[in-house]
Amino acid sequence: MIFIGGLVAVCAGLVWRRDGIDGVLKILTEDLWLFGEIMPRVLAGCLLGGFIAEILPHDKVSRSLGPNSGLKGLLIGTAFGAILPGGPFTAYPVAAALLTVGADFGATIAMVVSWTLIGYGRAVAWELPILGTEFTLWRIVISLPIPVLAGALGRFVFVRMYPKGEPS
Amino acid sequence: MNISALIIDVTLWGSVLILGFMAWQRGRVVLVSSVREGSMDFINIVPRIALGVIGSGYIAAVIPPEVITGWLGPDSGWLGVLAAVIAGAATPGGPVVGFSIGAVALKVGGGSPQVIAYVVAWALFAFQRMILWEIPFMPARFVWFRAAVSVPFPFLAAAIAMAIGKP
Repeated sequence: MIFIGGLVAVCAGLVWRRDGIDGVLKILTEDLWLFGEIMPRVLAGCLLGGFIAEILPHDKVSRSLGPNSGLKGLLIGTAFGAILPGGPFTAYPVAAALLTVGADFGATIAMVVSWTLIGYGRAVAWELPILGTEFTLWRIVISLPIPVLAGALGRFVFVRMYPKGEPS
Repeated sequence: MNISALIIDVTLWGSVLILGFMAWQRGRVVLVSSVREGSMDFINIVPRIALGVIGSGYIAAVIPPEVITGWLGPDSGWLGVLAAVIAGAATPGGPVVGFSIGAVALKVGGGSPQVIAYVVAWALFAFQRMILWEIPFMPARFVWFRAAVSVPFPFLAAAIAMAIGKP
């Protein structure tokens, strides 16, 4: 938090030196607007995370997404990430909730990576109009194996880094 | 408000309502405690998001897009891929910025594998998104771990793109 605050202050200072106070205020109003716009979505994401943490039975989650869930767990994580609605305001609270109810790093990595690479939300809203259909579709096809591979690599590294399980 | 934002909001709040209904079916206690849990998360996260969102405009303003397109450049090969991966990690701002830079790089003659590597690296570990979104919500140890194991994959994506000669 302090690091980010410092970084922001330095950047704001640079903008001020380059564009004067008007430049600083212009960015501030734009970003305040954006902030107001995403706040309700952040709330929705947090509520989703809260519900998931309460509703999903822990034993079932740790069986199907836990450290011993194998390839199936990685595939479930990938599928879940691909269909999850919304943006970062949903994906990260939900991923955090999965971690607390017993998913391991590998399955959660598969989910987050799948959301960012093959989730339809961003691709449809931004990538298709900006980069075109052909590029976007090939980019997604090429990305298809990555969530499972990243999850598998995550598990592989995790058990070697923390042979006795995750330190608290 | 554009149509895709509307669709996102409808699916998002629709999912909240469905899961809320499921929680309510388990009993009032479950509903109340999950709403309380979610609201506490929200209250804890708001200041960090405020700093991130309001600050990110300044970070984006001091890193001009020309710098990043220059890195992507028309030079191809693995050095271009490496430059693309670093550029992807360094790209600030939201989805418009990253995809637009990719589009510009394609127009000025950047190779497809390089642009694929750029978009994938940016999706996987753009530092600003990690700081702004991922770290506030998730354990920092998980975020760094995930970013570290993600490093090989933009290169893999570029290799696949080179091998199949698409897009």
